[in-house]
Amino acid sequence: MGSNWRLASKKRALETRAAAINGIRKFFQGHGYLEVETPFRIPAPAPESHIDAIPADGWFLHTSPELCMKRMLAAGYPRIFQLCHCWRQGERGRRHISEFTMLEWYRAGADYNGLMDETEELVCSVAYHVTRRKTLLYEGNRVSLARPWQRINVAEAYGRHAGVSPEQALNAGTFDELMVRDIEPHLGFERPSFLYDYPAVRGSLARLRADDSSVAERFELYIAGLEVANGFSELVDPGEQRRRFEEEEAYRRSLGKHPYAVADKFLEELADMPPSAGIALGVDRLVMLLQDAETIDDVVAFTPEEL
Amino acid sequence: MYTVSDLRKGLTITIDNEPYTVISFEFTKPGKGQGIYRTRLRNMLNGSIIDRTYRSGESLEQAVLEQRTMQYLYHEGGNYYFMDSESYEQLGIHEDALGDAPHYLIDNVSVEVLFFRDHPIGVDVPNFVNLRVVESAPWAKGDTSSSDLKTVGLETGFQMRVPPFVNEGDLIQIDTRTGSYVTRIKG
Repeated sequence: MGSNWRLASKKRALETRAAAINGIRKFFQGHGYLEVETPFRIPAPAPESHIDAIPADGWFLHTSPELCMKRMLAAGYPRIFQLCHCWRQGERGRRHISEFTMLEWYRAGADYNGLMDETEELVCSVAYHVTRRKTLLYEGNRVSLARPWQRINVAEAYGRHAGVSPEQALNAGTFDELMVRDIEPHLGFERPSFLYDYPAVRGSLARLRADDSSVAERFELYIAGLEVANGFSELVDPGEQRRRFEEEEAYRRSLGKHPYAVADKFLEELADMPPSAGIALGVDRLVMLLQDAETIDDVVAFTPEEL
Repeated sequence: MYTVSDLRKGLTITIDNEPYTVISFEFTKPGKGQGIYRTRLRNMLNGSIIDRTYRSGESLEQAVLEQRTMQYLYHEGGNYYFMDSESYEQLGIHEDALGDAPHYLIDNVSVEVLFFRDHPIGVDVPNFVNLRVVESAPWAKGDTSSSDLKTVGLETGFQMRVPPFVNEGDLIQIDTRTGSYVTRIKG
């Protein structure tokens, strides 16, 4: 054995990764999706309060291919998917790595309910392709992938696990702490869980519910406590999207973060975008689940520290 | 002052004028939310364990501890005894205050003993230590299951996971901050 035993020891995990990526491509090819590639280095990322892009020669490495893919939707590509690396500054931990692999897909004519269904199908299909099983074993938990999966709304989850309403948590500034401490550890252990209907202020690029504007049509998928994907019924109102971008950018600048240019081309073309749903899924996290890997380090060939 | 991005196992900080050592920490970030560090801390005065969460960018107060280089002598009845190399003064520290340090203590090794207001409250072991493997199943050459680590016993009694090619009698380097294998030392 060579001197890099650590890299050698990742062989099975890297085989699982390759099989998962094959399974993902097979799924989308069978569902009429076009695989696309968009630039990694972009001039104007979507401003988000807690996600920071890494500067790259005056522009930025994308934190997600979202804006370019939505421009494609607007231009008449109704079903697209992309597998690509994304970068997020300062995110490093057992489940985070600053350069990671994202799967994003968008579907015109769908909403977040339809997208939750399709996400169930995708994960089951990939898990079966890789493991020939309908359950996942992760950190001693046996998670059944039998559908339908649990769907629990954010208000119910906060009430049940944290004893407060999402609004109370937001007002107290503890929304995120309660999420990681009291809520996430309960999600997705018997079956995967979709947490849905986030407070409007945490709506990101999701549209608000027509019958209840206090919540946004956004969901997150959790499996064995691990957050795997984030999806929306996409906001297609350019005025509302511009307003949210301005708010987020003002917050970012108030913290002294790198200013972003306004994503004007995206905002102009958003008017042409049909009602759609879209989702970003962390491929490394999915591989962790398929491989029963304790850390994200175990499922990538090289971590930044190993370069 | 530290910021939360300085967090590591064994870091000593002050909360309400009492020193705490970081037993474990995890960076987490709920979808689109703020980065949160979940920590488990041990009070270095009374051994009690608490959980604290910190947000990205928050600062931590550094604990002001005195350090003296001392030699580890032996342990008995849950206490570990150390000797000042210059004054020959000896003192005992209860194992509850030592965290993982006993995994790495071999007789006569030099360590930094930490004092808070003249009370010994812990020890700081070097980031890297070399220890001998005293117990291990032999590895069959040509075994292709190189992905699997195996458990071996070290001269201190500590059991740890190492790559399969490590054999009984080998001297190995360990990163004490993570408790993980680094490399085999020749000779």
